[in-house]
Amino acid sequence: MVRYIVRRLLQLIPTLFGLSLLLFAWLHSLPGGPEAALLDVRATADTRAQVRRSLGLDEPLWIQYGRFMKRLAQLDLGDSFSTGTPVVEEFGRRFPATVELTVAAMILAIGLGIPLGYLAARRHGRLLDILTVSGSLLGICIPIFFLGFLLKALLAVKLGWFPSLGRQTPGLDATRVTGFYVLDGVLTREFDASWDALKHLVLPGIALASIPFAIIVRMTRASVLEVLGEDYVRTAEAKGLRESTVRRRHVLRNAMLPVATSIGLLTGGLLSGAVLTETVFAFGGIGSFLAEAISNRDYPVLMGFIMIIAVLYVLINLAVDLSYSLLDPRVRVR
Amino acid sequence: MALLEVEDLAVTFHRRGTEPVRAVDGVSFTVAEGQVVGLVGESGCGKSVTSLALMGLLAKRGVTVTGSARFEEADLLQMSPSSMRDMRGARMAMIFQDPLSSLNPVVPIGLQVTEVLQRHRELRGDKARAEAADLLDRVGIPDPTRRLKEYPHQLSGGMRQRALIAMAVACRPRLLIADEPTTALDVTIQAQILELLKDLVAEEGTALIMITHDLGVVAGLCDEINVMYAGRVVEAASRRPLFARPVHPYSVGLLASIPRLDAPRGEKLTPIPGSVRDNIAWADGCAFAPRCTHAVEACVEGPPELTRTYTGHAYRCVNPVSREEAEAVAAPAVLPTPSLTEATPSEEESS
Repeated sequence: MVRYIVRRLLQLIPTLFGLSLLLFAWLHSLPGGPEAALLDVRATADTRAQVRRSLGLDEPLWIQYGRFMKRLAQLDLGDSFSTGTPVVEEFGRRFPATVELTVAAMILAIGLGIPLGYLAARRHGRLLDILTVSGSLLGICIPIFFLGFLLKALLAVKLGWFPSLGRQTPGLDATRVTGFYVLDGVLTREFDASWDALKHLVLPGIALASIPFAIIVRMTRASVLEVLGEDYVRTAEAKGLRESTVRRRHVLRNAMLPVATSIGLLTGGLLSGAVLTETVFAFGGIGSFLAEAISNRDYPVLMGFIMIIAVLYVLINLAVDLSYSLLDPRVRVR
Repeated sequence: MALLEVEDLAVTFHRRGTEPVRAVDGVSFTVAEGQVVGLVGESGCGKSVTSLALMGLLAKRGVTVTGSARFEEADLLQMSPSSMRDMRGARMAMIFQDPLSSLNPVVPIGLQVTEVLQRHRELRGDKARAEAADLLDRVGIPDPTRRLKEYPHQLSGGMRQRALIAMAVACRPRLLIADEPTTALDVTIQAQILELLKDLVAEEGTALIMITHDLGVVAGLCDEINVMYAGRVVEAASRRPLFARPVHPYSVGLLASIPRLDAPRGEKLTPIPGSVRDNIAWADGCAFAPRCTHAVEACVEGPPELTRTYTGHAYRCVNPVSREEAEAVAAPAVLPTPSLTEATPSEEESS
């Protein structure tokens, strides 16, 4: 088990190396440069050249790359061109928001998706099933920014149930401990701050949950349908077990295997940034910052964020693989 | 009084857009306490559907079950789903065909045994585990305490079938239904499993319905035999009369098709011509008529009645096979109280 984990982590090194090369080549082949974002359109060629020099962009690419790798080896990702703050710090400041949003969205998607998928399979071909399938199709099809604005217009502006922007009501003086607002409120016993942060999570959470929810519903439904036809479910019925035991132990446990994998991958996807949702709700996570960094050609931020996200993705995949071996005794990790 | 009396059982499957399918069409048979009754026939003759209908395991939608099945004073077909749940696994139990797919791959064997004990005998914790180990031991699984913690994929095919049998007999049911319990196993293991079943029913006085397409299994195990074709019982008799003097052309065909060790080298097998699909509706005549070597005009003039002789031999045929003809194929095939371990391998039949 430990050897397996170590091996998987060692595989990260070539992955990251390859990724850094590709990313570097891609970024520097983009037309325009960071100076265009930093300077006014009327800036002279001289000023531009000066800025490029000060950012170290006048040197040959391989030297720039070498410098990047040297710093990376010291776990330093450089400073952002546009804000001047270290990339690691920028990431640390924004990542908790993204994690909070991802967790909220996944709780919604899993908490509703699995029971609904199960019920749809049990009522295969009936009204609930048809509604669930078409509803989840809608969930995949509806553009997030449209859904986001719709939620805002209805639940925030018209009914005023939830706040429409940000992570916390401005002016609310809450103590920061971890950067996870809901958790901070609990840790400092400022429960009203937690509650406020939770309310801010609802709308972006729903918007972000729409796609994973739709995928989880469909996967659960398909998987349960398949398992219901399995011989061992018939055996369980033949033993006269209670319906709840059959459902929990013999149907859901097996049906969850493929769903668990996709939940892991979906979570990884959400963590790597929900640009649209974060933008619509001005949530301030890594997604919107990353989008900004692309238009600013902020090379260090882009390189750094994408490298960190790659590491996270690999770690999540590893966690999925490990959990799979716990769920399914036939898959044993060596 | 018989333990189980099945009267005129019929099962029809409905699917939108297609003609309803009558998988079982008026099956009647009885099972006495401690008796071993065989349901024999080729794939698709309705023998498995019959057993699933008795167990109440057919889907609720799209299936119509009619007739009656009196078991211990109650009609299984009229019982509420929850009383059927109380009955299944406790008073009547079933053993399935493919032991690997019939066991839950992600649940340890032990839990799959103890869950029955907990449900019907209120045994919990260590008590249930001890009883489960005892059960595994009784069905011949060595080192049962260790096996309890193992998963189905860690057991061999024969072990898995033994484990399934242990689950079925866990609550000492009065009736055991075994649906082709040896089909997925190799010949030596088949013989062992049959021997085990024979011992278990003898010890406990459990009645057994043995569903099989293998006449070798039937010859070694069953007291009464019902030969089924296209959803109906076409011949019913005790073991000896059926093997000594089969009457229905289908039974004769089945017996004649068994490959024999004493046949001269190079001799071809004697199949029944055609396939199960070449049949006509029972309402129009005998379903077997299109494949039957004895078919006459009268066969397709209406449904053949069940004829009962005074010895209890029953057959559904208007032109039964004559004594001489029947004895020609049957005599050598009769197995004088065969020992299973000898009989089964020689009767190896391709399914």
